[in-house]
Amino acid sequence: MATRAGEMATTPRRRSARHNLLPYLLSLPALLVCIGILIPFFTAVWYSLQRYNLALPFTRAFIWFDNYKEFLSDARFWNTVQVSLLYTFLTVGIELLLGLGIAMLLRRATLLNNIMSVALMLPLMIAPAIASLMWKLMTNPNFGILSYLVSLVGLENFKWASDPSTALLTVVLVDVWVYTPFMMVLLLAGLRALPPQPFEAAELDGVPASFVFFRITLPMLTPYIITASLFRMLDSIQQFDIIYAMTQGGPGDTLLVFQVAAYLEFFQYTNVGRSAALLMVLWAITFVLSNLFIKQWLRLRERARGAA
Amino acid sequence: MHRKASDLTSAFVGRRMGRRELVRRMGQLGLSAAAANFLLNRASTRVLAADFDWKKHEGTSLQLLMNKHPYLDAMVANLDNFKELTGMDVQYDVFPEDVYFDKVTATLSSGSSQYDAFMTGAYQTWQYGPAGWLVDMAELIGDAEMTAPNYDWEDILPNLRASTAWSGVPGAALGGDGAKQWAIPWGFELNSLSYNRRIFEQAGIANPPKDLAELMEQAVKITADVPDVYGIGVRGSRSWATIHPGYLSGFSNYGASDFNVDNGKLTAAMNSDAGKTFTRQWVEMIQNSGPRNWSTYTWYQVGTDLGAGASGMIYDADILGYFQNGGTAEAGNIAYSAFAPNPEADAPTPNVWIWSLGMNANGQQQDAAWYFVQWASGTEHGLFGARTMDFVNPVRQSVWEDEEFRARIAKSYPGYLEQYEASAPGSKIYFTPQPLFFNLTTEWAASLQRMVANEVPVDEGLDQLAESVNGQLKSAGLG
Repeated sequence: MATRAGEMATTPRRRSARHNLLPYLLSLPALLVCIGILIPFFTAVWYSLQRYNLALPFTRAFIWFDNYKEFLSDARFWNTVQVSLLYTFLTVGIELLLGLGIAMLLRRATLLNNIMSVALMLPLMIAPAIASLMWKLMTNPNFGILSYLVSLVGLENFKWASDPSTALLTVVLVDVWVYTPFMMVLLLAGLRALPPQPFEAAELDGVPASFVFFRITLPMLTPYIITASLFRMLDSIQQFDIIYAMTQGGPGDTLLVFQVAAYLEFFQYTNVGRSAALLMVLWAITFVLSNLFIKQWLRLRERARGAA
Repeated sequence: MHRKASDLTSAFVGRRMGRRELVRRMGQLGLSAAAANFLLNRASTRVLAADFDWKKHEGTSLQLLMNKHPYLDAMVANLDNFKELTGMDVQYDVFPEDVYFDKVTATLSSGSSQYDAFMTGAYQTWQYGPAGWLVDMAELIGDAEMTAPNYDWEDILPNLRASTAWSGVPGAALGGDGAKQWAIPWGFELNSLSYNRRIFEQAGIANPPKDLAELMEQAVKITADVPDVYGIGVRGSRSWATIHPGYLSGFSNYGASDFNVDNGKLTAAMNSDAGKTFTRQWVEMIQNSGPRNWSTYTWYQVGTDLGAGASGMIYDADILGYFQNGGTAEAGNIAYSAFAPNPEADAPTPNVWIWSLGMNANGQQQDAAWYFVQWASGTEHGLFGARTMDFVNPVRQSVWEDEEFRARIAKSYPGYLEQYEASAPGSKIYFTPQPLFFNLTTEWAASLQRMVANEVPVDEGLDQLAESVNGQLKSAGLG
């Protein structure tokens, strides 16, 4: 009896302790993942503040922000910033327009549209490095099918990725081929999730299609557009595989985007400090752009709530 | 019959019988050449085992990191003999060359002890050595306890021994004072012309070119006269590998060099008058008669175009031409020629690439790994690979003098030996050893790409390159 009374006295305390610990236990996996991300991140920050070339171990030193200061006067660095941003702007822009256009065409959930939307997903299922090799063959000036096709319209000796003037266009084409389906599938899901009432009302009133698109469809679809563009922007500014597989950053420094430059700095030049500093700058640019996108998305959400 | 065959091979290994006599008597016993070689190799293994305790590390298992290459194929084909000789096991991971060195760098820089030994190039040791990732094998070679008496280090060609040894002092001569033997030469290639006789005949060209001016003329003629064929294949990708074969060989032949070394400080010299003269012609050659997508060309495209009959000739590794003379559309049509681009030069000056074996300084089984390295770079394995596999070019003088190897090459690769013998005396690494090698030569390749694309004139491009290189040398404390 005494024992039972003791058990009854401690049980609520135990329950309370368990209750208090539960949130910490539940957040433990997230904490572990966070630590797993933060340790490499801060290690990279630490390396970026050092002169650290593995082949010159005797020159290793803590130099604060000198790696970053050197970037300011380094034409190669500014070229990298310019190419990375241009590549991101072009790929996200073109993929958004094409993805939206295709999604509009496939908006009605008919059998044919459903089959087409699945078929259009196929490029997304191919690894970008493999897609690059396919395009490398198709754009080979000697036997590539695309080289043959452009020669039919008078573009003889079109050099695709081999020429600085057309290299960016070529890798953007590959990116668009691979990732437009990603944009398309998100926007299609968004389009099909829009409430039908505004469109039915517009149809009853005989509102022109262009007005419906610009005044109803597009505003309602904007959160989806922002989300899809954010995902693609994050991926595009960190582009590596397509460019490296096709040109290794060349010709010259034409396609030396951040990831390719940082990869070469570490794996070929063993310059850990400069490689880490490049990646930190890339992180900062990505962080700023992501915040801009997310703030815009939140603003739209607030506006939608206010309207409701 | 097996007993008789074994007696014959033992007599040969014991130098009581010549090779021709051995082959004749093996034939009388009804044995094929392949079977004879197998028995001979086993007998050689027994002889190796006689004078040295090869079983010292019996039971050990070695892990190797290897590049996909015919040299690896030769090693694998003979690996059972090593296992039998030592009682060791050998496991190996193989990667294609595109990613191989990135894998090596990642493994070694992480301090991993996973791999005991690995394939490396001599240039890579300029990074790996000073970083402390490689074992200096000079002491092992000189240690009678660790090295078999018949290893015969001096038999390895002197330029190759020197080229894989460096003190780590930027600009100091390879193999000079204080040099550490970072790697052991395994197989090598020097740069010369390989050309397609059928295409030359079709273009009405009787002989291969004697200098760069003649090469440019012939390449233009081939491009113009032979449908769907371009004149000259050379590498062009944005990589250090674009600079080291034909380009640097010709650059050196014109008397140009990459750096000047003064009191231990380096200054860029690629924009010298000689360098500009050669580079102007090189760029013009590519523009007029190189592959249209030259800026993506690695050794692979250069080689396969020759083998497929898409190019008339290549100025690249001699073994690249060698490999295209078997199993390709143009097999049997490929010929070889030593090449001195400068009309005023006395002889060719081919830069060399040396596939070598290195040992991981973080490896836990270094003594056992050295047993593998000395076996793989030894005379017996060299002979096996050269006679029966594509283990060319051999690094040992004794293998080059081997009658069977020479007869095989002379029969199947006409002109190859003559090319080699004319090229070899002037062949060595013409780069100045320094730890920023990959950084600066990749930038050199990017600069060449801009010149070929007419984005910058050659003289200005080389001046800009030199300025950038000097800045980087100063920043690293080397200039």
